[in-house]
Amino acid sequence: MATVTIRDLHKRYAEGFHAVRGISLDIADGEFLVLVGPSGCGKSTTLRMVAGLEEVTSGEIRIGDRVVNDVAPGDRDIAMVFQNYALYPHLSVRENMAFGLTMRGTARAEIDRRVADAAAALSIEHLLARRPRELSGGQRQRVAVGRAIVREPEVFLFDEPLSNLDAKLRVQMRAELARLHRRLGTTVIYVTHDQVEAMTLGDRIVLMNHGVIQQIDAPLAIYRRPANRFVASFIGSPTMNFFPGMIRDGAFVVAGDAARLPLGPHAAGVPHGASSAGLGSGQSSALLPQGPAMLGVRPEDLVVAGDSVPFTTAVIEVAEQMGHETLAHVSVGGSSHVVRVPGDRAASPGDRLSLGVRPGGVHLFAADDEGRRLN
Amino acid sequence: MKEPLRITLLRHAVLLLFVAISLYPVLNVVSISLRPGDRLRSTDLSIIPPDWTFESYVKLFTEQPFLRWLGNSLVVSGVVTLTGVALASTAGYAFSRFRFIGRKATMLAILTTQMFPATMLLLPLYVLIAKLGLVDTWLGLMVFYTATALPFCVWQMKGFYDTIPASLEEAARIDGCSRAQAFWHVVLPLATPGLVITALFSFMTAWSEYIVAAQVMQDESMFTLPLGIKGFQASLSSQWGLYAAASILVSIPVVAVFLAFSKYLVNGLTVGSVKE
Repeated sequence: MATVTIRDLHKRYAEGFHAVRGISLDIADGEFLVLVGPSGCGKSTTLRMVAGLEEVTSGEIRIGDRVVNDVAPGDRDIAMVFQNYALYPHLSVRENMAFGLTMRGTARAEIDRRVADAAAALSIEHLLARRPRELSGGQRQRVAVGRAIVREPEVFLFDEPLSNLDAKLRVQMRAELARLHRRLGTTVIYVTHDQVEAMTLGDRIVLMNHGVIQQIDAPLAIYRRPANRFVASFIGSPTMNFFPGMIRDGAFVVAGDAARLPLGPHAAGVPHGASSAGLGSGQSSALLPQGPAMLGVRPEDLVVAGDSVPFTTAVIEVAEQMGHETLAHVSVGGSSHVVRVPGDRAASPGDRLSLGVRPGGVHLFAADDEGRRLN
Repeated sequence: MKEPLRITLLRHAVLLLFVAISLYPVLNVVSISLRPGDRLRSTDLSIIPPDWTFESYVKLFTEQPFLRWLGNSLVVSGVVTLTGVALASTAGYAFSRFRFIGRKATMLAILTTQMFPATMLLLPLYVLIAKLGLVDTWLGLMVFYTATALPFCVWQMKGFYDTIPASLEEAARIDGCSRAQAFWHVVLPLATPGLVITALFSFMTAWSEYIVAAQVMQDESMFTLPLGIKGFQASLSSQWGLYAAASILVSIPVVAVFLAFSKYLVNGLTVGSVKE
């Protein structure tokens, strides 16, 4: 096991594309770190640089105490699971798993023992004699994971390992990967574009966009206090509702005066249920910059008025019945927003909802392109 | 849906017709090789003539230097095949995997050589070989054959490597292979069908070639099979029995090579390695 330290890492391709723009990261020993972001954000490139499959343009990567910038992939003591499995088709499952150890000249008996252990841990003992083409997608992914764990590396790298599996298998494999990490305790860097995987697997999430880190934090902290509008919109499903408007006289006024939300102590954006549902230590709405801003409210915080701060009324345009809840699409200030209504409550198209914002559910962002958090 | 009977019959009739067209010349040659003397024409329609004899075959081995020509051909074709496979498998890999200055231009240049008919290349290549002092040597023939077979083989191998996912090599490199080891342990085994095609093509290029050999080789003891066999055909009295018997014998190694390699010519070797 080892720490991974990344300092001011850049990747610029020959054709000029600047894929990774100066990221720095400290990954603790045994940590499960998830790199997440939309496609093209530089997360896979970063992972491939850690693996040694892409050259580093500038910056430094350390695994443990060793700078590995110029170390061959095979000498970095890492194992990687690829999105497309990348199993050697001409070798059996057993040979696939043993390949890395064989190349390193590990003793036959030791190889057999490790392959048997890994196969047992992944319940693939009965597949050892088969070729990859005789396996289902889920089985292939297990073998790919098995090939990584027999190596007993310092760091595991996962490059979107579940995105080729169907939804049910994905949930199952997700739980298995979490279990495996708990058991092995190895440092993991995991790349995904799926925010659910990021939220459920990661000790910490690194959210990237355009080759730049947007936020690094624990999953819930990112969910509850997104650092900017991009993070707020990327994490959470359905996505956060955004209302363009102004901060004026201690309130947020939705563009066109469509609605008004008094910014009292509830604008703090501190975790739900926290006793101090105010603007935080020494912060008051008076300190918020006056002028154009963007209000963000998660669908579960935009509630049918009760013990919430009254906000606006809106008519349900579409109601998606999920059983345990209903996602009601409403129009406020000319744009569409989603409200989570408890499943036991009637909500049909045409119904008028009186909406409020739950205390602590207010996220205020700058109105510019960067959209950094204001509260 | 079941096909109507008359369609099935028609289809089989057409196929049988083409089989007959393909087989007739071969059977005719077999028939000539079994006739006593040099009877090219016969009114007898039977494939095996009533007075059949192996006389021509026996003569080939006892009175003619057939075995020597066979040996010469095997040496030349064998070296051309090995050289072709070695060069095409590595050059094709470079074109498939590396992006270097002049890559496209070189590939296009290689392709361009294929656009000229072989007879047009005869003179310049002959001059080249003459200047290298390789006239009347096997090496001259080998250079000539390798040069003509290689462009196709390089393109062919490049196309084959393109279908092998790069992630397999990356996995191998993370598993501790150097680039060369990944090529040897992972890429090359998966390229077997491509290598077989390259080998067959190189072999055939050298084995059945006549025109170039006729220019380059003069010493009869160095003749390859096509050159030697052509000697049976003279303007006044052709030895048709020997000619036919030798033709049959020449085709046997080719058929044998095809049969031996055919099991490697399976498609979909990479199925199951990666998810597309």
